[in-house]
Amino acid sequence: MKSRVLLSFVLLVTLVLAACQPAAPTEAPAAEQPTKAPAAEQPTEAPAAEQPASTEPIKIAMLVPLSGPVPTFGVSTRDGGMLAVEEWNAKGGVLGRKIEAVVEDSQCTPDPAVNAANKVIDTDKVKYIVGETCSSASIPVSEIAEEKGIVQISPTSTNPTVTTKADGTAKKFVFRACFIDPFQGLAMAKFATEKGYKTAFIMLDQGNDYVRGLAEAFEKSFTELGGKIVGKETYTSQDTDFSAILTKVAESKAEVLYLPDYYNIVNLVGAQAKEKGVTAVMMGGDGWDSADLDLKAADGGFFSNHYSPEDTRPIVQDWVKNYNAKFGSTPDALATLAYDATNILLASIEKAGVDDPVKVAEAMASIEWEGVSGKITFDEQHNPIKSAAVLQVKDGKVSFVASVAP
Amino acid sequence: MRASTATSKSILLEYIIKRRWLGNGLLILVGLFAVYRLAVELINNPILFFQQVINGLQLGFVYALIALGYTMVYGIVRLINFAHGDVFMVGAFISFYGVTRLQLHTWVSSVFPSFPPVAAQIIGAVTVVLLAMVTCSVLAFTIERVAYKPLRNAPRISALITAIGVSFFLEYFGALSFVFSPNFITYKRPFDVTTWYLNKGGIASLQSGQAIPPGSVIFSNIFVIIVISSILLMLALQYIVRNTKVGKAMRAAAYDKPTARLMGINVDGIISVTFGIGAAFAGAAGMLYAIAFPQVFFWMGIIPGLKAFVAAVLGGIGSIPGAFVGALIMGQAEVLSAAYISTPMRDAIAFSILIIVLLIRPTGIFGEPTREKA
Repeated sequence: MKSRVLLSFVLLVTLVLAACQPAAPTEAPAAEQPTKAPAAEQPTEAPAAEQPASTEPIKIAMLVPLSGPVPTFGVSTRDGGMLAVEEWNAKGGVLGRKIEAVVEDSQCTPDPAVNAANKVIDTDKVKYIVGETCSSASIPVSEIAEEKGIVQISPTSTNPTVTTKADGTAKKFVFRACFIDPFQGLAMAKFATEKGYKTAFIMLDQGNDYVRGLAEAFEKSFTELGGKIVGKETYTSQDTDFSAILTKVAESKAEVLYLPDYYNIVNLVGAQAKEKGVTAVMMGGDGWDSADLDLKAADGGFFSNHYSPEDTRPIVQDWVKNYNAKFGSTPDALATLAYDATNILLASIEKAGVDDPVKVAEAMASIEWEGVSGKITFDEQHNPIKSAAVLQVKDGKVSFVASVAP
Repeated sequence: MRASTATSKSILLEYIIKRRWLGNGLLILVGLFAVYRLAVELINNPILFFQQVINGLQLGFVYALIALGYTMVYGIVRLINFAHGDVFMVGAFISFYGVTRLQLHTWVSSVFPSFPPVAAQIIGAVTVVLLAMVTCSVLAFTIERVAYKPLRNAPRISALITAIGVSFFLEYFGALSFVFSPNFITYKRPFDVTTWYLNKGGIASLQSGQAIPPGSVIFSNIFVIIVISSILLMLALQYIVRNTKVGKAMRAAAYDKPTARLMGINVDGIISVTFGIGAAFAGAAGMLYAIAFPQVFFWMGIIPGLKAFVAAVLGGIGSIPGAFVGALIMGQAEVLSAAYISTPMRDAIAFSILIIVLLIRPTGIFGEPTREKA
């Protein structure tokens, strides 16, 4: 009897421990490239001028996470945005006025982001905001921006509710410069169809919204384009043994294995797929974009991303060259999207012709801008319509293959 | 008349409850359903089924090595050593450093270039395994001396809680960036993977990019390595426990500690040795696991550790063959449920097996009923 009591206790502990194991920390894409940027000088905040004079600089705020969980995201975002501001200032500014950037640390966390937003709006009298990087911080900031009539453009927040209200209509003053998750699934389905693949197997982590969003979009688009989904299997983020699923993939003879998860899962699945005789081509999303991606395990695979520094378009090459000259590294997706976001904002001010957020928001909604990450126009939800870059892992390096238009 | 019907009904109900027909009936139904499902799949596609069984064997043999540590320690001190899974993690990390930093797996060919390459590779790999085993033994020995020995006469629950504490300590100590790393690290296998396929025509190696020929099952050199090294280690353990003086002392201490002490056995020393041997097996398992699933991570020991513990309970905790059989059953249950029922449910099914076994046979498959001790 005693042993039974003990065993039941142990069982309880076992279950509690199993339940307590935190989900594996997944890193957002592009977090790995460290930017060796010397801290850009924070502009000194000029005392808030009360009377708007046409010679006063136009102020824009950058809300970026310089501390908190993802400080490298913040550094990249700030550097990309600052470079855009410098380029505009070198050309003589916007509307004949210089541009002044106010950088605030919003920590990728709702409360500090709200404080930072209130500070730049109320104290610095800023009317235009670039940021935040993280969706969780961008959402509360977007509420403030919408309420106070301040134009906000987030470079990298992918959550749909950043730019939309609860009823599905767009927030008038809020935009983003990155495509939202489902588009990557669509782009990859298009790419796979163009390559002539007819059958696909989908593996997804049901508990991860990012993965599920990409997988569902891929499934829908691939089927619509005439392809066939021959199998779909789910796993959990704690799994390490994928042998049972991969045996099924090999059995199904699918031509494509769509695995839109982060690099750590891709590394495990890729290594095991080779042993299990899987011949399908692996495809995924920007979660693969990491310095820690096992290039041997993922060899032959394709993934979609926001941009590639190897893209041959002159605007991309200029951007890579300028960024490298200033910061000594290749720009990552965060820096690129921040550069595009800042450019779109400034171009919209130029297009509107006045320093008025209402006019600027209207101008932005109808803008057409040739950015580094593609030719950008906005849809009704204020999401950019632009192309995705497809990259291939081959012989130990990642190279640009194609650009897929929506 | 009516009253007597009611009474007979309630008697019947009582009888059903007393004989636990409902519970047992449900279990039998679930069991029959599982057997039916598997039989259907076996008849529909026997090749795929055997393939999944091979996948399950690979997993099961690794669990077996971990389960041995649980069962040996429980057998002698009646302690569930929850830190065991983390010792397994340390073993995986040590072998990772041995392979990537020290290049230990290539020392033979760099020192004696004329040595035959296959033999050199085997000796190199064995060196790495030994390094992991020895490090883990020393670690477990230290843990035992520091954390468990002072609690030898404390209530059992104190030692159990301490074991959980040690487990968390190892995890978060390992997560420090100057110890191991808080990140996922890709494990570089010390050899290339070769896959063979087996069918009626015989065995041939599968070229990269080649589809599996119909009607054949495939297995890789990783599978072969895991099965062979697990069996060798298990035979070695069986030899130690059955035929050596230390093994005899272990069995004596497990049977009756005070009497063993009276017979001149250094019981504390034997307990430390038991911890050390169990940990050595966990270290070897860590390396094999990391080779099979090439990623090391400071939390990697939790889930395999818990599953191996379930395997040990399933086989009858305290029994070495029981741990082996239990682990093989766990491996099959996990892979077959992932293959034929649902992948996200694999862990739920694996842990349900623990509950069912404890309900039907609290001592496990090979377990003996607890002896009353003086």
